[in-house]
Amino acid sequence: MFQLTGEGLIELNVNGETRKALVRPADTLLFALRERLGLTGAKPGCENGDCGACTVLVDGWPIKSCLMLAVEAVGREIQTVEGLNGAPIQKAFVDKFAFQCGYCTSGFIMNCQGLINIHPDASDEVMQEWLQSNICRCTSYQEITEAIKSVLITENT
Amino acid sequence: MTSIAIGKDIIRKEAWDKVTGRALYNADYASPGLMHGVLVTSTCAHGLIKSMDYSEAQQMPGVKAILTGDYHPMLTGPVIEDRPPLARDKVRYYGEPVALVIANSKAEAAAAASKIKIQYENLPTVDKPSAAMSKEAPLVHEHIDQYRHVIPEVYPQANSNIVHQVKIRKGDMNKGWQASEVTVEGEFFLPQADHIAMETRNTRAEILPSGDIIVHSSSQAPFGVRKLISQHFGVDLGKVVVNVPLVGGGYGGKAPIQMEFLAVMASQAVGGRPVLIANTREQDISASPSKLSLEAKVKLGASRDGILQAGEYTFIVGTGAYADSGPRMTGSMASNCTGPYKLDNVWCDAYCVYTNHTYATAYRGFGHTSFTFAVERAMDKLAAALNLDPVELRRKNLIKAGDTSPSQVILTPSRLGDVAQCLDKVEKLINWSEGSRVEIDNNRIRAKGVACLWKTSDSPTDAIAAAIVAFNSDGSINLNVGAVEIGPATKTTLAQILAEKMKMDVNRVHVEMEVNTRVSPHHWKTVASMSTYMVGRAVEEAAKDAINQIISLAAIAMKCSPEDLALGQEQVYLKDDPNIYIDLAHIAHGYKYPGGNTIGSQVIGRGTYVMPHLSSLDRENGKGKPGPYWTPGAQAVEVELNLADYTYKILRAATVLDAGKVINPKSAKGVVMGGMSMGLGLGSRESFIYDQEQELQNTSLRSYKVLRIGEQPEYLVDWVETPNANAPFGARGIGEHGIVAIHAALVNALSRAAQVELDQVPVIPELIWQKREEEKA
Ligand code: FES
Ligand code: FES
Repeated sequence: MFQLTGEGLIELNVNGETRKALVRPADTLLFALRERLGLTGAKPGCENGDCGACTVLVDGWPIKSCLMLAVEAVGREIQTVEGLNGAPIQKAFVDKFAFQCGYCTSGFIMNCQGLINIHPDASDEVMQEWLQSNICRCTSYQEITEAIKSVLITENT
Repeated sequence: MTSIAIGKDIIRKEAWDKVTGRALYNADYASPGLMHGVLVTSTCAHGLIKSMDYSEAQQMPGVKAILTGDYHPMLTGPVIEDRPPLARDKVRYYGEPVALVIANSKAEAAAAASKIKIQYENLPTVDKPSAAMSKEAPLVHEHIDQYRHVIPEVYPQANSNIVHQVKIRKGDMNKGWQASEVTVEGEFFLPQADHIAMETRNTRAEILPSGDIIVHSSSQAPFGVRKLISQHFGVDLGKVVVNVPLVGGGYGGKAPIQMEFLAVMASQAVGGRPVLIANTREQDISASPSKLSLEAKVKLGASRDGILQAGEYTFIVGTGAYADSGPRMTGSMASNCTGPYKLDNVWCDAYCVYTNHTYATAYRGFGHTSFTFAVERAMDKLAAALNLDPVELRRKNLIKAGDTSPSQVILTPSRLGDVAQCLDKVEKLINWSEGSRVEIDNNRIRAKGVACLWKTSDSPTDAIAAAIVAFNSDGSINLNVGAVEIGPATKTTLAQILAEKMKMDVNRVHVEMEVNTRVSPHHWKTVASMSTYMVGRAVEEAAKDAINQIISLAAIAMKCSPEDLALGQEQVYLKDDPNIYIDLAHIAHGYKYPGGNTIGSQVIGRGTYVMPHLSSLDRENGKGKPGPYWTPGAQAVEVELNLADYTYKILRAATVLDAGKVINPKSAKGVVMGGMSMGLGLGSRESFIYDQEQELQNTSLRSYKVLRIGEQPEYLVDWVETPNANAPFGARGIGEHGIVAIHAALVNALSRAAQVELDQVPVIPELIWQKREEEKA
């Protein structure tokens, strides 16, 4: 089993690259991504699992990176918003004006991307259940709903 | 003439940076050698600091300094200086910063902060605005009469909790009541709530050996920060540099100055090294300023035919433990107290009082959400008393050009806009005529509510803005302004204004997103929905200046009179033959003759703006001009209430604003929908919850609930466009207005559905149940 005491160097697989990071056992994945790897797309909004601004994909699933320890992510595939390359959901957010200040956007987009990967044909109920873990204070959610629905395969398309 | 950029859905300039995670906010900038400050906050709402033991904390690894209120004693505040950045001798609210630990890492600072032991001697607390008014109330501030006034028009009362009072006296109340055949009265309560910007407030500061103080902050008011840092730390204004990158939401909450003082003090304590202080969410809610609370009484009188004759308004505004902008908001509420209705006889007493709660500051709408709720609920009560349709009653009384505002400003179409058209449109949008209360089955009721609003800027009378328009050698433009991009696409809107003036592609206008007070021209603050107007005017001026320079130079180059030339599509051409032209690129950095001699140089346009003719409110009768114009509007909400358990769904929410001119329809619609979303949150679930000891209970996003996806209604937005003669392209501010009357409309609908008078927010099912039970009893 992987063990870490004090501060130690871990290897994280992020956006297809192996990166080294010096962390304490108590450091969160959010901390390691932002402070050690310079990947500041994931944002702290509550560091308590309530807002979703820190969402990244771990083995394809959306995870609140403030609730996962950096050491727990060792050996798993991490994808951050910086690792998305012109994904349709990014364009949809731009086209639908699905953000204003943009602070929640990385987290929303990663959660959406997870949903698109896992349930590409998600119903409204499933979509809402997934995206309810994120907060946006600027928009009305109507724009975000339009953006995700334009990318999901709905019955009408 | 067809427009090039105005009225177009231009995608915001920084859109792609935001969807790729590359847009940088203040805490995203890594600074080598950065140290971290962690706040210790009060666990007591009102008490004397008896002892503070930080001996153990001092020994913790990585700790560099521990600051308390004695470190750099000062009192701060934008209106009256009553607040120490770190509490001294006593604390006045739960969450008040009392100490600051600075260490090499955040983890070390937090570990040390948890070791500080503070003992308080509890004092009796002030738990609500009306309690603050009582003669026996404990004093939150013992020496209210000794504080320095930053503006002359603030009137604290010695030996009381009243920090400011505003009076409106218009017309003749006796006459008004005599003409009133029907009167209604209501009492209303709106609790404190939080802005919940997704980016919590954070600041880093350093002091260079040259003495320059460099601040990087998530702020709506970089120039305000600069001024106060200069003042409180005794440094020349120009030696303070405040940088603000993109801001992750503000809604007024990042206009006051709090973290900045602390960060500069922290840097001072560690030899000028850079220190970052970032609020946790819990601190952002409890320690940093919030939304005011309001207890309001409204009495309206009308003749039988439904014409308002008299209005009496008492507002007790709870500003929490410190005044901040509370007094200003109190004035703003009083000067607009009637809502957008014609009333010749108006009496308003508005008090701004201290309580032992988190202090209050600007919140989207600057107090208007709160008093508008009271006024619009009272209007529904009046409609019921008169047996009139609520829309009809409002329509009969809407204010018009030629009438005067409560502070006796004479209204013109340009100043006021057309609220009647807004009401007509919203009535259709929500389909009012199909019935405002429909029983769907035994348990389910659908009901609608409507409410009107107006708001002006309530800015200081000397608020200024400026813009610099510098040409690149390829003919494109760099636009530099002091407004912060907090979310509503202000910078893109300004680029649209400039592009339209220059008659060029908006993609050729490059906007500097960050503000640096040493580089950017001045702007008062990015607040009050005024940036498009104020900075827009400065941009127009700068465009005019640049065009003059371009045309004069082109006239020499083209050997003709400037009068014969026109500018468009980055060419200067002969008016009578556009085929004869010179490219802007060939004159933007001077015109080079074939031999190489050059005349002229870089074209740099400058523009400034100050709002004319504003005046403060008179102390005795409230006469004064609080803003350059109003943005009026009407809002409506449809709900479905389930009588089995009093849960409800918000089905539709509609807003029509008189925007003067909509510059970017999709952005504008988004901003208004966002405002509605926030307002529906306040109406349905959001509020601060204090316990008996006035300790704030819901300081996390798990206990402080906001709207989430799927809970939103269908949003409907439409516009009226009555130009404001002074504004760029006639555009009125719209940034705040979506929030202003929406919870009034919501609660009007819920009261109608449940057939009880709901006179407070948030309306949770339990409240409806309680009122129904009271009614039965
Ligand atoms: S920061 Fe992770 S959920 Fe809010
Ligand atoms: S865009 Fe600002 S919080 Fe979502």
